[in-house]
Amino acid sequence: MDEEYDVIVLGTGLKECILSGLLSVDGLKVLHMDRNDYYGGESTSLNLVQLWKRFRGDEKPPETLGSTKDYNVDMVPKFMMANGALVRVLIHTSVAKYLNFKAVDGSFVYNKGKIYKVPATDVEALKSTLMGLFEKRRARKLFIYVQDYDENDPKSHEGLDLNKVTTREVFAKYGLDDNTVDFIGHALALHTNDDYLDKPAIDTVKRMKLYADSLARFQGGSPYIYPQYGLGELPQGFARLSAVYGGTYMLNKPECKVEFDQNGKAYGVTSEGETAKCKKVVCDPSYLPDKVKKVGRVTRAICIMSHPITDTNNSDSVQIILPQKQLGRKSDMYVFCCSYSHNIAPEGKYIAFVSTEAETDRPEVELKPGMDLLGPVDETFFDIYDRYEPVNNSQKDSCFISTSYDATTHFESTVQDVLSMYRKITGKELDLSVDLSAASAAAEE
Amino acid sequence: MATIGNNNINAKLVLLGDMGAGKSSLVLRFVKGQFLEFQESTIGAAFFSQTLALNDATVKFEIWDTAGQERYHSLAPMYYRGAAAAIIVYDITSKDSFEKAKKWVLELQKQGNPSMVTALAGNKADLEDKRKVTLEEARAYADENGLFFMETSAKTAVNVNDIFYEIARRLPRAQPAQNPAGMVLSNTPAEQSKASACCS
Repeated sequence: MDEEYDVIVLGTGLKECILSGLLSVDGLKVLHMDRNDYYGGESTSLNLVQLWKRFRGDEKPPETLGSTKDYNVDMVPKFMMANGALVRVLIHTSVAKYLNFKAVDGSFVYNKGKIYKVPATDVEALKSTLMGLFEKRRARKLFIYVQDYDENDPKSHEGLDLNKVTTREVFAKYGLDDNTVDFIGHALALHTNDDYLDKPAIDTVKRMKLYADSLARFQGGSPYIYPQYGLGELPQGFARLSAVYGGTYMLNKPECKVEFDQNGKAYGVTSEGETAKCKKVVCDPSYLPDKVKKVGRVTRAICIMSHPITDTNNSDSVQIILPQKQLGRKSDMYVFCCSYSHNIAPEGKYIAFVSTEAETDRPEVELKPGMDLLGPVDETFFDIYDRYEPVNNSQKDSCFISTSYDATTHFESTVQDVLSMYRKITGKELDLSVDLSAASAAAEE
Repeated sequence: MATIGNNNINAKLVLLGDMGAGKSSLVLRFVKGQFLEFQESTIGAAFFSQTLALNDATVKFEIWDTAGQERYHSLAPMYYRGAAAAIIVYDITSKDSFEKAKKWVLELQKQGNPSMVTALAGNKADLEDKRKVTLEEARAYADENGLFFMETSAKTAVNVNDIFYEIARRLPRAQPAQNPAGMVLSNTPAEQSKASACCS
């Protein structure tokens, strides 16, 4: 490792692996190291033995749960929007070839103690029991407006300049009540709080379109897809891309200390007494704790169950969004469930997660509304971790640090962070304009 | 995993073995009929495809090379995922590479699926005068561990096609019913794959 690299990447989380892949394809000489002996960092998927080791110390998993190898439990559970940014990156880089995906069965929203399928189109709006008769018709009109809206066709704007008008004003124009606003904003547009209401409506309209387009893409019950064998496959796929283009991989490297010159500029990384030189360092917050600040905390329950979540039509994989207002909270709560059908647990077992931005220090109490939806659980683990974002000046110290994964249930914010880091590292934009209307999914031959 | 349709078998095959044993050279000889004396370390190829016609079936191999990730033992579990066959390669002129091959066999038993067809290839068989690993020693080891064994030479092409044909012959012709296959995201026009666009 006593060589000189263009970039040394520390940590094999999804963001770092995507960057490593992109930079290697660009022809840069990349060294990628991780202090752990497995891929994925914070965004890894654990088998049963690893899961017990992390949360239960010396205790051994009960044999009734089946083979440890059959489990791939995500530490940062998220789904992929079928038409979203991560799918674009996967196709752009051809990493999609390494992986198999399956649609997610259902997308639900919590309303007054019950859960409902999220209606995303005019047809579904009319069928939904989430709204009363007149409200359905009002919502349907908004859905049709959004579906027909075309940024480049002023006729479709119906006199509204969505770059100026707030989302609140658009909802008011259609006369929607608070319940409907709640599910559209949080379960369809996937906003995490209510700030969007006073911002220009264009963002929310685009998000609603992304949801509807994603839903239409695979004719599944949700707009989401998910990789077989869990999310841990994603960083591995991008790491392989990097390796195929000459990237060097080293796992199980202790310390990984970033070295700085007198001017505070990073010039290399030391591990086990050897220093590899580089021009730039890319890493997750845990490798440069002095250059990040805490911006929040995520709290999460991980549950192993022997049945699908109650009231989800026996969905093998499902998302339920519990909007903040419904719970009297500041941030939304998310329930995420996957199973054997995505090869993340043995037959008959389901892994459910309940996550939110922590507002207290008592996850068991805070997560109760989500946990109450699950039904009986075999095992529960509580996880709570701090979220960090960088505070350094990359131009001065040559360090490029990713932001911790948030509690959101999809990868849109993850990819935005990666793209902005790529821009800072290389000084150029990544062109992700793959033609998704022509792109499609082929079943495995 | 080998999947079947109309006697067409698709099989993922992974290469394992120490750096410099000749993994990439074997594949290049098999897929392109080429041999380069100073083959660069593997760059730029995600995987190679090659189709073999047998009497009773057509086997399409998707061959995965290590992309150098074997060097510091950082091969991802994903590499083994769904592999129907593996070739573990060593260099007959290096005792060390044979010992490493044994480690790869253990790794494969840990990571791979039990029904995988596994071959041991003693490569560089053209370098007889530099031989350090005897035929008998390697054959005895292969027999003990349920591997089938051949000595190959990517340089002279000896036994290269043979080892892939033998794997193709040994692949199971019928697979037990499995979890339905997922979808592969691709950039092909929607019309072509409409019928199969829906998954599970």
